[in-house]
Amino acid sequence: MKEKLIISGFGGQGSLLVGKLLTYAAMLDGRYVTFLPSYGAEVRGGTAYCNVIISDEEIASPTISIADTLIAMNLPSVVRFEPAVVQEGLIFINSSLIEYEPDRKDVRTVRIPATEIADGLGNIKVANMVMVGAYLAKKQILSRERVHEALGHLLPEHRRSLYEVNCGAIKEGYKLTNNQTPRNKMQDTRYEGQDTRNKIQTITNDQ
Amino acid sequence: MEIIYERPESLKDVRTHYCAGCGHGVVHRILAEIVDELGIREKTVVIAPVGCAVLAYDYFNFDVCEAPHGRTPAVATGMKRVRPSNVIISYQGDGDLAAIGMAEIIHAANRGERITVVFVNNGLYGMTGGQMAPTTLIGQRTATTPMGRDFRECGQPIKVCELLSQFEGVVYAARCAITGPGNIIKGKKMLKKALSIQLADLGFSIVEFLSACPTHWKLTPREAVQYIEEKMVPCFPTGVIKDTIK
Amino acid sequence: MTEKRLMSGNEAMAEAAIRAGCRCYFGYPITPQNEVTAYMARRMPEAGGVFIQSESELAAINMVLGASAAGCRSMTSSSSPGISLKQEGISYIAAMELPAVIANIMRGGPGLGNIAPSQSDYFQAVKGGGHGDYRQIVLGPSTVQELVDLTVCSFDLADEYRMPVVILGDGLLGQMMEPVSMPGMRHVEIKEEEWVLSGCRGRAPRLLRSLILDPGDLAAHNLHLQEKYRRVAAREVRFESVFTDDAELIVVAYGTPARVCRAAVAACREKGIRAGLIRPITLWPFPREEISRLASQASHILVVEMSHGQMVEDVLLSAEFRVPVSFFGKAGGLTFHIDEVIRKMEKTNQKSKIKNQKAKSKKQKHKSKP
Repeated sequence: MKEKLIISGFGGQGSLLVGKLLTYAAMLDGRYVTFLPSYGAEVRGGTAYCNVIISDEEIASPTISIADTLIAMNLPSVVRFEPAVVQEGLIFINSSLIEYEPDRKDVRTVRIPATEIADGLGNIKVANMVMVGAYLAKKQILSRERVHEALGHLLPEHRRSLYEVNCGAIKEGYKLTNNQTPRNKMQDTRYEGQDTRNKIQTITNDQ
Repeated sequence: MEIIYERPESLKDVRTHYCAGCGHGVVHRILAEIVDELGIREKTVVIAPVGCAVLAYDYFNFDVCEAPHGRTPAVATGMKRVRPSNVIISYQGDGDLAAIGMAEIIHAANRGERITVVFVNNGLYGMTGGQMAPTTLIGQRTATTPMGRDFRECGQPIKVCELLSQFEGVVYAARCAITGPGNIIKGKKMLKKALSIQLADLGFSIVEFLSACPTHWKLTPREAVQYIEEKMVPCFPTGVIKDTIK
Repeated sequence: MTEKRLMSGNEAMAEAAIRAGCRCYFGYPITPQNEVTAYMARRMPEAGGVFIQSESELAAINMVLGASAAGCRSMTSSSSPGISLKQEGISYIAAMELPAVIANIMRGGPGLGNIAPSQSDYFQAVKGGGHGDYRQIVLGPSTVQELVDLTVCSFDLADEYRMPVVILGDGLLGQMMEPVSMPGMRHVEIKEEEWVLSGCRGRAPRLLRSLILDPGDLAAHNLHLQEKYRRVAAREVRFESVFTDDAELIVVAYGTPARVCRAAVAACREKGIRAGLIRPITLWPFPREEISRLASQASHILVVEMSHGQMVEDVLLSAEFRVPVSFFGKAGGLTFHIDEVIRKMEKTNQKSKIKNQKAKSKKQKHKSKP
């Protein structure tokens, strides 16, 4: 098993926390993990993203050039990282903020109105955890219990009160997605034979 | 027989390399006397600068550490933070302190490091051949201001004690001229107070000594003393510049 | 060992330093190592130590000099441009024979460069960097766990040999998070050894200096330093070998690129290429003997670096030109992808095979002549 995952969104949407959370949970499962945040001169509102690798074997490079999965919290994230997703890979889209439909016909998309659901739960900030729930339901790499356990480790003392609402958001995302079949346009005959997209090279810094 | 004058224990019984009329010898002497009087020889560490006083460790009879040019206050900071009960003295010349080491002295002062700075100001770089220092007087001829210092080219002489006095961390700043017994005794009192402030853990203290360099001023020692009084003191007024615990 | 924690390289290094008994840290902000400074600011006071955000890198390294002279395990960290500023102090520390740990989380250069990972400060680290004839021990970790282990080790080495030890990581290693086991907290006293400046109570005054005006005396001091460096070189070489026993193609890489090379070597083995990896852990002292030994066994060496060829010079010297040495490098913050390393290895292997065949047939032709 090897999962290469990019999580991306506006600064403040909690993309890095999602990355850390999944990394931590996989570590508790005894897997090899690496987490690499984007770092540097990003301004507020810019794109914050991270690379997460979960593997049964030692991990060579923590950078991801071809991702198995993309969790996109906002529009710039889809635009930027869509070309990096492997053929037949999964793109999780926060459909509350992203109307755009990926151009790629060879990837599967899962649309979750995460921000709306989070709003319904009374805390718009847990949209990222709704996405986590959706991810857990679709990928079945990590159990929800493990992720809850990891969350307990990661939440700082003064944020402990947010544990329940975060777990609730994970549950909502999970429930919703468990009943949803990813849309796979490759199955659509109109797009048959169009596989030029996978030739698009990566955008991360290893050319 | 009563002994009324002897070499301080803090000064080794050796001849110094300083030129005739140089102020360093006097400053060494009064520093050693105060260290003896305060009974702190066994816990004093002097950080020696790069400049004429680089060989100070040959003369002081207590621990001495050398520092890169201008970094003396940084070295002193590291040392004092590890051993707060030691007395740490940063001994610096004007090139070392006010040119290459300006950042280090300003920030050590601003942090209120519990160190004492002995600042010897002779208005030029003695060791390297008498070049212009930040404290060189307007019109003063040096190896690198052959026509005299022009403030439009080289700026004004920097008044270090006045500059540092602006920082709250600086508890005591004073200036004296090494020109005669009266002034030397005043200077000794100032330095004693500065060290007492460190011993009381109150903050940063500095004493500036206007000191002769007959060799590079191209004057006799006697003329050099006159030069201090007539030329340097008007630019660098002597006396206590800041004292928050009067 | 305790349970594993998920930590970034920068934070893990800072925690490991504290656990190794480091009680003085002086630093100045620079990306990509800012987490070290922030972590130390929070953690050092808890541990009863000293943290100062210095006014410059020059001040930071000289605070290390002062704290070390006073007997405390002391450290500073920075990234490439800041490390250039520290060279003055490092030269003095080496000359005055003081222990010190300096971490360089390298970024792209030259000049201000960028903040992406790089290995282009290899020369600066292993060849001296500052003025004068001195050496520093240089450690090149490739995982966050190894960064932790080598940080602890760096303080021991610095104390044992009384010299600067450099931890040479790159931006990737500083920023990435991996699970780590932290060593236990070690209690290290402030040193009272015969060179420490503590005030001359009950003893003769001491002096720490680097100015030695008499040429004969300075020559003697230099010989003394060289003797020490020889001792270090004889005792402290560390490296890791992977599949080198029967390897025809030897890859040499350190730090994070070595991770990619390790995976590439494994992949090449599956393709039937007899590849192996040497990963220097100490960059100075360099594993010269091991590479020299392998040079007589292998048919080709490939050096992979995030620079335009720095460590490759040490490999060439070690191999003494007995075997072809190829180089694969990139700089500016670009990192390696495993596929391109595999391609380069396959190409290199192919080249050396063709060359060997040519050499053989030439020999045979020569023999067949009457």
